[in-house]
Amino acid sequence: MNAADKKRLLREMLYARRFEERCYEAYVERKIGGFLHLYPGQEACVHGVMEAAKPGHDYVITGYRDHVHAIQCGADPKKVMAELYGKETGSSKGRGGSMHIFDVEHRFMGGYALVGGPFPLAAGIGKAIKLQGGDEISICFLGDAANNQGSFHESLNMAAVWELPVLFVCENNLYGIGTRIERSTAVQEQYKRACGYGIEAARVDGQDIETVYEAALKAVDYVRSGKGPYFLELSTYRYRGHSMSDAGAYRTKEEQQEWIKRDPINLFKERLIEAGELSEEDFQSLDKEIIEQIDRDVIPFAEESPEPKLEELEKYVLAENDPWVKGGAQ
Amino acid sequence: MAELMYWEAIRRAHDEEMARDPMVIAMGEDIGVAGGTYKATQGLYDKYGAERVIDTPISENGYTGLGIGSSFLGVRPIIEIMSVNFAWLATDQIVNTAAKVRYMSGGQLEAPVVIRSPGGTAHQLGAQHSARMEKVFMGIVGLRVVTPSNPRQAYGLIKSAVRCNDPVFINEHELMYNMKDVVPDDEYFHPLEGSEVAREGKDVTIFAYNISVHWALQAADILSRQHGIEAEVVDLYALNPLDREGIRDSVSKTHRAVIAEEAEPAVGVGSEVMAIINEECFFELDAPPMRISARNVPIPYNRTLEKAAIPNAQDVVNGVLKMFGK
Ligand SMILES: Cc1ncc(C[n+]2csc(CCOP(=O)(O)OP(=O)(O)O)c2C)c(N)n1
Ligand SMILES: [Mg+2]
Repeated sequence: MNAADKKRLLREMLYARRFEERCYEAYVERKIGGFLHLYPGQEACVHGVMEAAKPGHDYVITGYRDHVHAIQCGADPKKVMAELYGKETGSSKGRGGSMHIFDVEHRFMGGYALVGGPFPLAAGIGKAIKLQGGDEISICFLGDAANNQGSFHESLNMAAVWELPVLFVCENNLYGIGTRIERSTAVQEQYKRACGYGIEAARVDGQDIETVYEAALKAVDYVRSGKGPYFLELSTYRYRGHSMSDAGAYRTKEEQQEWIKRDPINLFKERLIEAGELSEEDFQSLDKEIIEQIDRDVIPFAEESPEPKLEELEKYVLAENDPWVKGGAQ
Repeated sequence: MAELMYWEAIRRAHDEEMARDPMVIAMGEDIGVAGGTYKATQGLYDKYGAERVIDTPISENGYTGLGIGSSFLGVRPIIEIMSVNFAWLATDQIVNTAAKVRYMSGGQLEAPVVIRSPGGTAHQLGAQHSARMEKVFMGIVGLRVVTPSNPRQAYGLIKSAVRCNDPVFINEHELMYNMKDVVPDDEYFHPLEGSEVAREGKDVTIFAYNISVHWALQAADILSRQHGIEAEVVDLYALNPLDREGIRDSVSKTHRAVIAEEAEPAVGVGSEVMAIINEECFFELDAPPMRISARNVPIPYNRTLEKAAIPNAQDVVNGVLKMFGK
């Protein structure tokens, strides 16, 4: 990575942080409803992996904590915010909400709300890529606790036995809602579980974006070269509660403080400052510019966009005018 | 009689049954240390310990199957599935094992498990978190399905379900956990079959269950005050089996039937009640029965669309008025 790339990446991570914080405020103002799962603390994971992959070309799928993943694939933050506001201009036309951001144009194949649901879908996308002979890869981002779902084991086995081009990224933040990993999971280092299926696997620090990037480069290369799936475990931490309805009382202050010390944005920023590639003032003005941009462009777009039309409630349930419904055009 | 919230009533039933029988255990995601998403098991972990109040991994089919397996040897698990949307994952063990094992073993085995789970649409939880599965489970032979509309039923149904030797699915509701109402101070066992007349009336019967009982009661109130129509509200707290006799008795009295359900119409509570009316008391009818159901859509996130997708008290009023040609 050259200095310009690093600066851009830092900006993107900071953007993701501020975007999510703005979502928090909008939720408190009751502009956003439903379940809202925020990403602060984990930014180096998605940013590091997507920097090594080809956003908009490679396919990405994930769970409900999906805003930043979509944006990193190329989704317009305005449309993501409009989705959270339930607007017709939203990325899923206001039908999906926070847990169901989709941007198929940028090959972001969706956020899904059932834990473990995306594993087999990612393998299926890998199967399609293989059949169609493309050089894309399928990337599946999910949490640690999702690995206790049967679909994890079934999908890893299929991906391995059929050598599918799938990169499984496990964002191990140590918790599934309020249950800490030791209490739910017999083997806590998740990459070891992938080894059980003969899958190449690694575990690295998910707070240091350069480390994530290096590990992801290796993983992406491996998968793209046709050798089969790869499992990358990133150890990380989410700052906020699981969702807005969770205050996170099950975690100690000390634990949280320890992780905040290794904040992914701060770590990277300090490193750039030390290398003389950035000054504190640069960072401050970057931050200011991001916050202003979100308030100037993103929020007003979401606020002012129209609601979906009531007459269109039943649109998108089934294909429109599909001739085969009547046995084809005879 | 003390007033309890719906969640407190559920908690009390757990506590009493666990205190009585060491083989009664509770399991589910975040039910132990965290006390449950809706607090239904709050404090039980401290009282009964980790062996009996089990925080499970996110493995719905796995822990449901584990609970069923333990019940073969006399354990009495009360399994909480955090939301019915996740119960889809456990349908294999519920349907293929719990509901059939007594029959296919020629009566040698039974699966006396209680599976509790909140269904229904809450507020903007979207397509994958707004399922109403009662109509799926009520069609399963060998599985009892009940659905409490108030804290008294919530308490008494768990009590009976724990003692009953059949598998029982208890369909709760995300929006009802904080509802407060009277619960008997003494131990109370609510029957797992039957129905209750929640409001007497002579002009029309509104059949309802779980949250739709509240729409029906509200609608009956409006109909009485504003339109002079006295609606009877029948609370179908048991969905499998449905109370044929109760349905027949009420229709024979009012000669009109409206069914208020939160789910989409096809293959649902309404269609089943209509079939029973046809079979039991067709000639008592003065008008074709009517269903007030959800629209045929996955539940949208947008609040306006979501509200339009599910029925409410006003829809019930409008349906009844239409039936009376008003
Ligand atoms: C099938 C299913 N079971 C349970 C839930 C409730 N739930 C939502 S997220 C979650 C925890 C997931 O933890 P993890 O996979 O580690 O991801 P994280 O939220 O930490 O990113 C649970 C239990 C669900 N959405 N789907
Ligand atoms: Mg986690």
